[in-house]
Amino acid sequence: MPLAIDSLAIQAPGDAPLFAPVTLSVDAGTVTTVMGPSGVGKTTLLHAIAGHLPAGFELTGHVTLNGRPLNGLPAEQRRIGMMFQEAGLFPHLSVGDNLAFGLHATVRGRRARSQAVDRALAAAGLEGMGERDPATLSGGQRARAALMQSLLAEPEAILLDEPFSRLDQALRTGIRTFVLDHIRARSIPALLVTHDPADAEAAGGPVIPLGEVAAANT
Amino acid sequence: MKNVRRTGLRALIIAVLIGPVLLGVAQTLSAAFGWLPALGERTIGLAPWRTLLDQPGLATSVQLTLWTGISATVIGFALAFGLVASLHGRAMGRSLMPWLAPFLAAPHAAIAIGLAFVLAPSGWLLRLLAAPLDLTHPPAWALVGDPLGIGLILGLLVKEVPFLALIMTASLSHLPVRRWLIQARSLGYTPAATWLRVVLPMMWPQIRLPTLIVLSYALSNVDMALILGPANPPVLAVTVLRAYTAPELSSLLTAGAGAALQAIGVLITFAGVWAFERLIGVIGRTRLRRGRRGRLSGVALGLAQALNPILLGMASAAIAALAVWSVTWRWSWPKPLPEQLSMAAWQQPGDSWIGPLGHSLLFAGVTTALALMLAIAWLETEQRRGASLLAGILYLPLLLPQIGFLPGLQFGFLQLGIGPGLLAVGWAHLLFVFPYVLLVLVGPWRGYDPLLSRQAASLGAGPLRRLFRVKLPVLLAPVLAAGAIGVAVSIAQYLPTLIMGGGRINTLTTEAVSLASGADRRITAVYAILQMLIPVAAYGIAIIAPMLRGRRHRLLREPRYATGD
Repeated sequence: MPLAIDSLAIQAPGDAPLFAPVTLSVDAGTVTTVMGPSGVGKTTLLHAIAGHLPAGFELTGHVTLNGRPLNGLPAEQRRIGMMFQEAGLFPHLSVGDNLAFGLHATVRGRRARSQAVDRALAAAGLEGMGERDPATLSGGQRARAALMQSLLAEPEAILLDEPFSRLDQALRTGIRTFVLDHIRARSIPALLVTHDPADAEAAGGPVIPLGEVAAANT
Repeated sequence: MKNVRRTGLRALIIAVLIGPVLLGVAQTLSAAFGWLPALGERTIGLAPWRTLLDQPGLATSVQLTLWTGISATVIGFALAFGLVASLHGRAMGRSLMPWLAPFLAAPHAAIAIGLAFVLAPSGWLLRLLAAPLDLTHPPAWALVGDPLGIGLILGLLVKEVPFLALIMTASLSHLPVRRWLIQARSLGYTPAATWLRVVLPMMWPQIRLPTLIVLSYALSNVDMALILGPANPPVLAVTVLRAYTAPELSSLLTAGAGAALQAIGVLITFAGVWAFERLIGVIGRTRLRRGRRGRLSGVALGLAQALNPILLGMASAAIAALAVWSVTWRWSWPKPLPEQLSMAAWQQPGDSWIGPLGHSLLFAGVTTALALMLAIAWLETEQRRGASLLAGILYLPLLLPQIGFLPGLQFGFLQLGIGPGLLAVGWAHLLFVFPYVLLVLVGPWRGYDPLLSRQAASLGAGPLRRLFRVKLPVLLAPVLAAGAIGVAVSIAQYLPTLIMGGGRINTLTTEAVSLASGADRRITAVYAILQMLIPVAAYGIAIIAPMLRGRRHRLLREPRYATGD
């Protein structure tokens, strides 16, 4: 399986384990959804998989991606993209430079790189907006640009941390379709955490409940 | 009516704090062109400049000034950034302040004296190396007064790195650093590359002003240069001071030209910073578009991080050397430790340290109290958020070199009937204490939750009651921190005390600096230690008092300082 998680459990410093050990695997081109009440540690689970746990957190279990064991590997070597609740574009860079920042270094040459950025802008419906300040984009435009930034880095898997929850109801469906279609087209495994059942339904993949430790034991 | 009062108060603050600077600059400039009626000099022309430029070694002085000032600032910035980046998100990084406090608090002169005790040919470092290196005599080379100014650069670094690190840490509390690190790392960038490509550009606008202050200080300081810098020729600021204190009256005009040259030099380096900022912006963007994940960033930042422990070790050794020397009786070369200890240096009869201590405490207490009052009045009467040009002008005394306007100010004060003395010295201290106090208070004042005051108002509290019963108690920690910095700044002032006191008012600092040039090390150490203890005590209070109170009022512990998010 491309992304395989085997009895993963996380313990915050001086605290009980966050959730019952998680075992799951995600196929390429599949979007698996993890659902759970807020505060159960959904974001922390994603941070653990991608290698962003703050110092002091203890992790047990194993994560492999396309056969590579990820445990202990620094985040920047895991090739796992992230998309956040608040679409993060770097505020000191233009929209186009944000995408260029993401674009993988194997794309060489100024022309080739700026063409790749332009193609990504076009795919996100942001033609001609490369020079714009990210602050001038609408929430939906920003979400699409953020996805493009992640995908241009050519990740082998992508983790989505409630990326639609801050969007207006009217926009949400459109953006969700856009994001999910692009991820499926890449045929990479994706893991979506959410508390919105509509997200899970749109994702179309397996849905895994993330429960508290006590609940899981009964 | 209220508006008139507010404008009047703000105008008064500017007049008290910026008026003297402008007066000093005007007098200095006119002296530079031969106009000093107070001393009967009325020949306008370029003669003072010619005399200045004909001075032997002037070109070397200027080169030395630029070299030491710029390298100390650039290296200091890099080290501070490395320190902040390496400590971010770690438990130790959250409590950076107590670790840096002794070095922030220590006056420049005390650090310089301590470093000289460590680095001099007969200093501690070579005493420790004497046995392993098989030295029988102190070597001829040294890092004190060396022609390249290495000792001076080291001294400046010890003071600048903690200051810049503190300012950088404060600016980070407003930036979502952890989120940026996650995002950039998930795109394949190392943490070091992220700090340089994302955090630094976002942080820079907030730390530009403090960096310029550091640059100006490094280019124009006198007390550190007197103790650690080369003597012949010295840096420009010392050349100017020598001309100013020379017995011939005509050399006052030369001093004016030198002071103007010093100010011009500082302004040119500011222009250089501006140009460099633009250049880095263009180069950085081009490189960023190439998308390289920056393996070199790790090396660059790692180098900066590796040098910090060395600097910290040297600074600690400097402070330890002061303590040890102050209680030494006999310590012959190359013994690593004193052979005989004694409190004799503390009990010297006659011209003891009591008088200078009293002066130091007087200036520190009065100017810090005044500066706090004026700064709070300034912040409370602020109408719009954000920095205005008017607010920027309050930092003018820190941006201009002291030697550039203090000599002129002394003549200006004389014309206004304020002779050299307590008032002139205290006023001059206030010019430098106030902007530092304001610098510390601006952030907390803007971050204060206005809901608290509104709620107090709805409970019937008037403006003064709201300020004294709600706002000031909530902001106690930053007010105490500002007070501690105020005390440290006042205690450290050398040039203002020397010039505005006409050489007749002695503080611990003026005594320490004059003793440092060749007097008994034990006595010098006593003055340097005393000079250090006052600000260290002030910092101790500023750190401990809010902690004690925080135990009972947990909401006062600011969460945003704890998480960095």
